[in-house]
Amino acid sequence: MDQRRRKALQTGAGLGTLGALVAVGLISPGDAHAQDWKAAFETRSLPDTIKALGGATAAESKDIIITAPDIAENGAVVPVAVVSAIPKTESISILIEKNPTLLAASFMIPAGTEPSVGTRVKMGQTSNVFALVKADGKFFVASKEIKVTLGGCGG
Amino acid sequence: MADPMKIRATLQGDTVEVRVLMQHEMETGQRKDAAGKTIPAWHIQQVTATNNGKTVLSAQWGPAVSKNPFLSFKFKGGAKGDKVQITWTDNKGDKRTDEVAVS
Repeated sequence: MDQRRRKALQTGAGLGTLGALVAVGLISPGDAHAQDWKAAFETRSLPDTIKALGGATAAESKDIIITAPDIAENGAVVPVAVVSAIPKTESISILIEKNPTLLAASFMIPAGTEPSVGTRVKMGQTSNVFALVKADGKFFVASKEIKVTLGGCGG
Repeated sequence: MADPMKIRATLQGDTVEVRVLMQHEMETGQRKDAAGKTIPAWHIQQVTATNNGKTVLSAQWGPAVSKNPFLSFKFKGGAKGDKVQITWTDNKGDKRTDEVAVS
């Protein structure tokens, strides 16, 4: 694991830094058809995940709404809902920055289905949660910090 | 075979809202048992939802989805009596499909 990158991500002030990392070309454009889910679920940073999902960069978007508690008492069950107001939304992914596996879930939205999904996820510790939306071939991202008082990944 | 899912599909205006509660351990592969041995990962990997045979949602899940997962989504173009079918597949190849009529 690249410790420096991890540190950069952790110390970065959220999305602005991440966006910049993506923009300066830490990642190269991926092949949209070569989606390997196993690889995607093994990624450890947001740019890596975007790459594994077939994108290159993600723009911050205010059209993505993450509905989740500010403070989760139990990290084992954190309700997260994502609604995208971006036209032609094709997929919605939920990423948790400080989990051992960054990508929690990815939903494909066919035409006719509303870009609105809800589920419950586990969180090991207080972390930023990203909602990554693919719309019309482009990637958009929004984030929300959820504070966890009791982790959900320990034994 | 795993326990059945609880599925509710309700028509609201022109939109069908589907809520699913699945029964699954969703073991992350990170936890250790009392003897200190790692419990192998066992979680749902893929979920597919169809309405009268047409796919309305497909999802790829990792181990970070909670135990006994909950899923909600909405789709247009459904009618009362339509058959909404949910299928999940876990990383051991186990499968379960349940069906409910839109009400």
